[in-house]
Amino acid sequence: MKLAIGLTALVAALFVLSLVTGTAAIPPGQSLQALIQGDGTPIAVVMREIRLPRAILAALIGAALGLSGAAMQGYLRNPLAEPGLIGVSGAAALGAVLSIQLGLQMLFPLALPLAALAMAVLAVLLILMLAGPRGGSITLILAGIAISALTGALTSLVLNLSPNPFAAADIVFWMMGSLADRSFTHVWLALPFIAVGAALLFSTGRGLDALTLGEDAAQAMGLNLSALRLRLILGTAAAIGAATAVAGAIGFVGLVVPHLLRRAVGARPSALLWASGLGGAAMVLAADIAVRLLLPDRDLKLGVLMALVGAPLFLHLIFRTRREMA
Amino acid sequence: MAAWGLSLAASLAGVSAGLLAGPPARAADMSPRPQRVVSVNLCTDQLALMLAAPGQLVSVSKLAHDPDSSSMATAAQAYATNNSGAEDVYLRKPDLVLAGTFTAPATVQMLRDLGIRVELFAPARSLADVPARIAQMGAALGREAEAQAMIDRFETDLARLSVAPDRRPRAALYYVNSYTVGDRTLAGDILRAGGFANVAAEAGLSVGGTLSLEQLILLDPEVIIQGRDYPGQARAEEVLHHPALDALTGTRVAGTITDRDWICGTPLVLTAVEKMRDLRQALEAGE
Repeated sequence: MKLAIGLTALVAALFVLSLVTGTAAIPPGQSLQALIQGDGTPIAVVMREIRLPRAILAALIGAALGLSGAAMQGYLRNPLAEPGLIGVSGAAALGAVLSIQLGLQMLFPLALPLAALAMAVLAVLLILMLAGPRGGSITLILAGIAISALTGALTSLVLNLSPNPFAAADIVFWMMGSLADRSFTHVWLALPFIAVGAALLFSTGRGLDALTLGEDAAQAMGLNLSALRLRLILGTAAAIGAATAVAGAIGFVGLVVPHLLRRAVGARPSALLWASGLGGAAMVLAADIAVRLLLPDRDLKLGVLMALVGAPLFLHLIFRTRREMA
Repeated sequence: MAAWGLSLAASLAGVSAGLLAGPPARAADMSPRPQRVVSVNLCTDQLALMLAAPGQLVSVSKLAHDPDSSSMATAAQAYATNNSGAEDVYLRKPDLVLAGTFTAPATVQMLRDLGIRVELFAPARSLADVPARIAQMGAALGREAEAQAMIDRFETDLARLSVAPDRRPRAALYYVNSYTVGDRTLAGDILRAGGFANVAAEAGLSVGGTLSLEQLILLDPEVIIQGRDYPGQARAEEVLHHPALDALTGTRVAGTITDRDWICGTPLVLTAVEKMRDLRQALEAGE
């Protein structure tokens, strides 16, 4: 309970901080007042049309990433399972890029999150098939490398084939993720999918708790393993697909956040779900504030920052896994 | 391996033969009117199309045929295109190559080593550069009289179009990737001649740079003039369609106006100046 209040307060504080951070220096009091009044002045436009959707998206996407990471790790009982590392985000990015470059998104806007979701489903299915029910670390990471490499190459190929001279530079966005200049259009595209995905993932909580006793024990307790797997696949794909479709692939959030919070929730997978959702929101909000403070006029990508934090932790986890196996 | 060595030897022989056969590059400046002119740059393409005598121009660059980039794509259809590479250009046996100062230095050097005269044109950074480029092209092609007539026409038309207005509406030029340009550029100068004040100056930009969407909106310009729409889709272009731009009351988003007429320092920039003047007059009339 204390953790829940603490995390919620952290997210709320970072949300407000994100609203008052931007490339243009506006005094915080004035900017928040303009946000609430919405009187059509340029400051109100900046607050309502640029910063508010950006902060909402950061919280939403962070929650989607943290939650998916915690759910996948709970199901595979492996701390290395993370949507970015195992290629789900990369696959979603490929789906998004395909729908944009083939012009599907121009025909109907929902094609963007739907295409990302479809590719994410494929990637999760492939991962679960390759890694097997026990989710051994080596097969999981190898499968992740293969899927990441393939989807990354295909994304680059599609963008290089585009007739648009700026499309090739978009590769960085799709691989690293950014929230620069997003609008409420993107919020409305992503929100329904992330909400459905989150609901599906939350519903796996009790099953994941039972799974900690082992598959046989869980099944003896009446757990329907294939139903659990289906909800996990669809939930992860919906959340990651929608998040990636509007913000690109942001890695390591789903790895770092559950790792930091696992001990605080007593390693119970169901409690780790909501904690990681809140923690992920806080982490992406913080990262998005940092990119604007560090290089205000350069659109530093979120993935760069996340990798700087996440990669050392990832190495540490691999090292520990190796020691446990020895 | 042997075949490779042979072809290398052959090409080396070709190079030295070219060096021996061709006249030195310096002396070529004094030579009479060139007979086979190849242009490898979009802007020199257009100036040459305007000034060259019939039959004098042999080939233009690939971009010259692209109606999105070249203001003279129709006129250029009559000419073969080259890929701006040394090999392609050399095989067309030119006695003069027209290139930009940003043409790959290796290409220019190789053509000069092969004994071909290469004339380099700097990109125009203001409207005042245009007569200078026309004069340079006239001298290079041996068409000085035609060039002088074109300069006179240009200066009269420019003076007529760019009468300073009583009040300059504040305008922003906004391109892909949140890029804007200031007064010390050709596009900035076209904007000024059309009777606008560029808000980039207020943001401290005199040449060019990134103007974030937030900064643009806080500058609250009266009109936002956007760059051309490229084919296909890119995230870099999405900033031009951000809903925040429509939410600004009192700002008119004039859409994609800057196009092929804004790229090169040729008399066709006057079309751009005229469009800007018309936009300003429409704005003043409250349309």
